Amino acid sequence: MSDWQPSALQLERIAYRRRRARRSTLIAVVSSVVLLVLVAVGIGSTPGWPRVRDTFFDFHRGWEALPVVAQGLWLNIRVMLVCAVLIVIFGMTLAIMRTLRGPIFFPLRVFAAAYTDVFRGLPLLLVIFLLGFGVPALQLRGLPNQAVIWGGAALVLTYSSYVAEVFRAGIESVHPSQRAAARSLGLTYRQTLRFVVLPQAVRRVLPPLLNDFVSLQKDSGLIAVLGVIDAIRAAQLETAEDFNFTPYVVAGLLFVALTIPLTRLTDYVARRQGWYGGGGGPV
Amino acid sequence: MRTGVVVGLAALVAMGLGACAPEDNSSGASSTPSGADACAKDKLAVKTAGALTVGTDKPAYEPWFSNNDPSNGKGYESAVTYAVAKKLGFEQAEVTWKTVQFNTAFAPGPKAFDLDVNQVSISEERRKAVDFSSGYYDVRQTVITTAGSKIANAKSVAELADAKLGAQVGTTSYTALRDQVKPKQTPAVFDTNDLAVQALKNKQIDGIVVDLPTAFYMTAAQLDNGKIVGQLPSSGTTEQFGFVLEKGSKLTGCVTQAVDALKSDGTLANLQKQYLTESGAPELS
Repeated sequence: MSDWQPSALQLERIAYRRRRARRSTLIAVVSSVVLLVLVAVGIGSTPGWPRVRDTFFDFHRGWEALPVVAQGLWLNIRVMLVCAVLIVIFGMTLAIMRTLRGPIFFPLRVFAAAYTDVFRGLPLLLVIFLLGFGVPALQLRGLPNQAVIWGGAALVLTYSSYVAEVFRAGIESVHPSQRAAARSLGLTYRQTLRFVVLPQAVRRVLPPLLNDFVSLQKDSGLIAVLGVIDAIRAAQLETAEDFNFTPYVVAGLLFVALTIPLTRLTDYVARRQGWYGGGGGPV
Repeated sequence: MRTGVVVGLAALVAMGLGACAPEDNSSGASSTPSGADACAKDKLAVKTAGALTVGTDKPAYEPWFSNNDPSNGKGYESAVTYAVAKKLGFEQAEVTWKTVQFNTAFAPGPKAFDLDVNQVSISEERRKAVDFSSGYYDVRQTVITTAGSKIANAKSVAELADAKLGAQVGTTSYTALRDQVKPKQTPAVFDTNDLAVQALKNKQIDGIVVDLPTAFYMTAAQLDNGKIVGQLPSSGTTEQFGFVLEKGSKLTGCVTQAVDALKSDGTLANLQKQYLTESGAPELS
């Protein structure tokens, strides 16, 4: 093997492929640069650009607002982390309830179906208002009163219904032969679910789940309507000082900076699961 | 007061209680009378000779008026009006009151009154339609709560520091909350004052910072057992109530002169103490 030499024909093939690859890269670079220049010149030459630059992209204003906005973002992150754990638990429970078989579980199935119907249908903002202002209005003893808790509860209720559907899709995507094989090995229904179905289901739905969490991260800002100061509200308060909108841009950049790692993680997981082209790489 | 208060405006107008408007640093009249003589009673260009016709809305609310009767001289605006009239040389009997709806006070065209007093905030936009005297009242920020709350009996700003307070986003109320009260807990910030009231009813917050006219409205109409804790010490807040006069009125300068004189001799401060502080909006030390 070691004294193998590619034939002249093969060398020619390799050289040809290399030339094509170089040409592709060159075209890609040139087209990107041309597009960027066109966009920059196009926006820069609009009559309103200087005003937009001063009101939206004032570096000093942004730097000044950064600590306050970042402090608000810390609330978003904490809300998101706590809610994410609860959502996975509730979502999974609902999905399992909905996929249970047998007439005895009919009420559970109906409940799970009704739950997902209602909370996937209700606008999140509405749920936040109803829980955030409605429940404390009951003045029940022993229940917490804090806006952030009820806002988080609204997020959990709504997102659990999305996540439950994702889990259900995963569970139902496991081929019936898997269950049949498990049962014929003598595993109980519970064991089949625990050791055969769920592991496969969860692996399959990991990318869409992460997608839901990116979305949750942004929607965690909606609980600001209850009075808490998150990143967007902090930016709004800064903007109200001088009508300079740069703090909003800062908040946007921080959110993007948070979601990009999550998105890359999603891509990585998807690739590992062989989501693209059955493990054979892009076709 | 910025955008937020525009929302409050509608409610206040409806209540005939008054209004808040965008901040306005300038005050005073466009024209200055040439001398003291120009404001002598017999030279004043009043609608009805020998009488000063003053407009206000009906019903006339406490504490700006008393018993819905502007002519009794009680209530802050009624008292200030009689003081101004006196400066202009009119006896109490020579002041005639006329019912003028809040909105129509700004309507274009000739006015049926010499001056109108109705908690109208001075603003540059409004100045395009009417004349304003200089401000007779600086709108003050106030803390309200419900009876039985832990700040209900606070006497000083320092006692508010531990409370959870709320305000509307983008208002001078929020600025006052942040800069003057300096609360230890992050303040609650709401899109509208109505949401803040709901949170206060739910006891999710201990109190709301609003301007005094809104405070009177909220505690009287929106809350069952509302209580004004007190007015924050006045700071750079520049929103002011002024008398409304017809655009280009020859009286504007004279009324402004009278208001300025009442301000400098301490009459306005005394009347504020008598009618606003003692009617339930005490000063916080």
